[in-house]
Amino acid sequence: MRFVDEYRDAEKARALSARIASLCEPGRAYKFMEVCGGHTHTIYKHGLEDYLPETITLVHGPGCPVCVIPMGRVDDAIHIAEQPDVVMTSFGDMMRVPGGRGSFFDSMAQGAAIRMVYSPLDALKVARQNPDKRVVFMAIGFETTAPSTAMTVLRAAAEGLGNFSVFCNHVTIIPAIKAILDSPDLRLDGFIGPGHVSTVIGCRPYEFIARDYAKPLVVAGFEPLDILQSIYMLLVQLAEGRSEVENQYARVVPWAGNLTALKVINEVMELRPYFEWRGLGFISHSALRMREKYAAFDAEQIFEIPGGRVADPKACQCGEVLKGVLKPWECKVFGTACTPETPIGTCMVSSEGACAAYYNFGRFSRERVREATQ
Amino acid sequence: MCLGIPGEIVEILPDHADLAKVDVSGVRRAINIGLLENERLQPGDWILIHVGFALSKIDEEEARAALDFLEGIGQAYDDELAALRTSSIDRG
Repeated sequence: MRFVDEYRDAEKARALSARIASLCEPGRAYKFMEVCGGHTHTIYKHGLEDYLPETITLVHGPGCPVCVIPMGRVDDAIHIAEQPDVVMTSFGDMMRVPGGRGSFFDSMAQGAAIRMVYSPLDALKVARQNPDKRVVFMAIGFETTAPSTAMTVLRAAAEGLGNFSVFCNHVTIIPAIKAILDSPDLRLDGFIGPGHVSTVIGCRPYEFIARDYAKPLVVAGFEPLDILQSIYMLLVQLAEGRSEVENQYARVVPWAGNLTALKVINEVMELRPYFEWRGLGFISHSALRMREKYAAFDAEQIFEIPGGRVADPKACQCGEVLKGVLKPWECKVFGTACTPETPIGTCMVSSEGACAAYYNFGRFSRERVREATQ
Repeated sequence: MCLGIPGEIVEILPDHADLAKVDVSGVRRAINIGLLENERLQPGDWILIHVGFALSKIDEEEARAALDFLEGIGQAYDDELAALRTSSIDRG
C-alpha cells in the first residue's frame, strides 16, 4: 500500500479495497472502463490500481475531449486562424495538440493570431473589443462544455455581434461508448460512468448499456473513494446478476441531468451525420454542428474549410489507447519519442489523457512491475 | 479544461441577472449562472463551475470535499485557477 498517505481517507479506502476483493469470484478476470479522462487522472495520481485485486483491470476510455480531436480538424482550425483579420481563441489544453501541420503554438510562432481563453464568454469579449477582427472560438468538449458554447452563441446573437463565430467540434459521449461496445477488440464487464458529462445529460442515456448489452454502469465522482466505491457497486451488480445504471455521484449529478443545458444545446446545435474521432474513426451521429438558424455564427459557413483527413503518425498508437486496447506504456513511442513536452499523440497532451497521466505520475502497469521483479 | 471546480456565490451582479461574482479558492470572478436559472441561486450558495458557467448547484459539504481534493491534485488545478484569473466576462 504505497501512496496511502496521499489522501486522508486511507482507512476507508482500505476497507473498500477489502470489500472489493471479497466480491471478486475466484478465477474470474474483470475489465472495467473508466470513460472519463478525469477519472483516469485520479486513478494514476492516487495509484488506485494498488487497491484492487490483480484480477481487476481498469481500461481507459475515450472521454478526453482534447485527445479525440482528429489531426485534420486541428489543420482546419489552423487554416481558419491564418485567414486575414482572424483571431482564433482556444482553451489552453488545445494549444499543443498536433495536427498534420503542427499545433496552435507552432502556428502562433509563424504569425497566426491565436489567443488562449478560459471561457467561450472570454472569446466573446475579445470579439466585442476588436470589432475590426473576425474572432473564432475553437469549441471542443463533450456535453459538459457544449452548453457553454451554445449559451455564448445565444449571447452573441442577442448582442448582434457580427464578428464572432464558433468552429464547432463538440462531441457526444453515448455514440463513442456504443462504438466501444460494438468493437470486437475489447470485452468489458462494466463502466465507470463520467461525472461531469452526466450533470448535463443525466443518467437515462446510459440505460441502453444495461438493457441491450447487459453491462452495469455506475456514474462516479472524481475523488479516489468515489472511484473505489463505484468499482464496488459494479461488482455488487455483477455478483447479484444485475446490469443497471446507478449513480454514485448523486450529490452532484441529478438523474435527469440539467434540462436548461440540454435545451440550450438543442436550440443552437444539431447532430452531425458523422464525425471522425481520433483512434475510433468515423462514428455516426457522434458530434454537434451549428444549426442553420445560427449560420452567421458558424465558422464552417463563414470560412472555407479544407476538411482534409490526416492519418495519425505511424508510430502513434493513441487510437488503441483511446479504445482501451493498449495500455499507454505498451505504445512504442511512450516516454521516448512521445512525452508531454513533445507529444506525438493527443493522449500525451492533455493532463486528462491516459498517456500523460501515466507519464506524469510514473505509474507502470502491474504486469510490468511483476516482470521487473521476477 | 474538463475540471469542474466549486465556487461560492458572493453576489448576483445587479446589471446582469445571469452573472454572479463567485469565489474560487480566493479568486473572485464573474461566472455565468444562466444554466441554473431554475435554482434561484443566492449569495452563499455553492456551484460547480466549468469554463465560466455554473453546471450544477452543490452543497457546502460537497464543495469543501471537492476543494480539498482539487487542491491535492496539484498542477491541473493550479492551471485551472491560473486560467480563471485571466477571465473577465463581466467587463465588456
